Amino acid sequence: MSETGGKPGLQTTDRAPTAPAEVSIGQIFLEFLIIGATSFGGVVPYLRGSLVTKRHWVDDKEFVEMLSISQSLPGLNATNMAILVGEKLRGALGSIAAIIGVCLPGAVLMYMVGIFYRHHGDHVWVTAALKGVAAAAVGLILSTVVGLSKKSLAGRFDFVFMALTVIAVNRLHLGVPRTLVGVGLLAILFHYPRNEQKEGAAQ
Amino acid sequence: MNQIPALVRVFAYLSLLTVGGGMAAFPEMKVLTVEVHKWLTFPQLIHLYSVGQMYPGPNMMMIVVIGDWAGGLLGAIAVLIAFFGPTALLAFIVARGWKKLEKWPWRTSIQQGLAPVSIGLLLAGCFTMAKGAISGVETAAIAVGVLLILLQYKVNPALLVLGSAAVGLISFMPK
Repeated sequence: MSETGGKPGLQTTDRAPTAPAEVSIGQIFLEFLIIGATSFGGVVPYLRGSLVTKRHWVDDKEFVEMLSISQSLPGLNATNMAILVGEKLRGALGSIAAIIGVCLPGAVLMYMVGIFYRHHGDHVWVTAALKGVAAAAVGLILSTVVGLSKKSLAGRFDFVFMALTVIAVNRLHLGVPRTLVGVGLLAILFHYPRNEQKEGAAQ
Repeated sequence: MNQIPALVRVFAYLSLLTVGGGMAAFPEMKVLTVEVHKWLTFPQLIHLYSVGQMYPGPNMMMIVVIGDWAGGLLGAIAVLIAFFGPTALLAFIVARGWKKLEKWPWRTSIQQGLAPVSIGLLLAGCFTMAKGAISGVETAAIAVGVLLILLQYKVNPALLVLGSAAVGLISFMPK
């Protein structure tokens, strides 16, 4: 992984009060390893409990801001958060320690699941249980969709963009990349910076 | 045949599509891993993704299994690096530069514009999965039940998925 210059100076004074003097790479790895091993049912609440409440490595406002960055970038929230928090605490090495920590337990567990599933996946008991599990996963994703819509969709047009995305992928089979670029650009242009520009011009 | 270069290509590409969550890449993942490379079947993909919801950690760890099946332990590790490396690097660069972009007016536009698209991608992934996972009244009832419970109560989703495994055992065992 390349380091972009490695400037510790970027962590300026406005962040200093919440960051403890020195968090070691080992501490970062261990904390994220614990999160990675215990975060049943979604990583984000566990991240908050651990990093904000327990360790005070980031404050609540910062956490929310990091989460909103994580959500608009490609990548999973959990791993993007690990990178952002790790970077804040100890730069590139902190990021690497955090992402490996948060991924390792789940990766090892799923590796074992894969071995078991390959040998017993067609057993009647397993297929019956998995049918229930897969249906539950659909309900789970739908609940995430509802939760996110309530939180971040503003106005009718956002629902139009959402619907356009679904139609482009599922009906027109345009593929995710073309849809992302096409509808994404349209939606970004629709939300072009109005007020800010006026403020800028007034000054 | 050595599948590792193909695994790395596919999962590095998929990682860049995961805007808003891993599910955003699901339709493309189905095409590439099931139809193009035939590393696993569609039901297997659905099963692995769903089982992953019961485990701690980031919820796309099922990719490890695809890597293992197609390329052994080395394949599993290659897939992890390919899937998490590019987005990690991007997040790292953004983490360094984000403060400077605070005054950039398009920053908010990008966040506001990507929100509905990322939710749409999530929903599209969900529909792709539902085509394989919802096959009758019973499975539909489980999905709707889980959705309603999660909207109404503060329950750990992993427990609901586990509970649905039990419901599945009772409902779908051949008599």
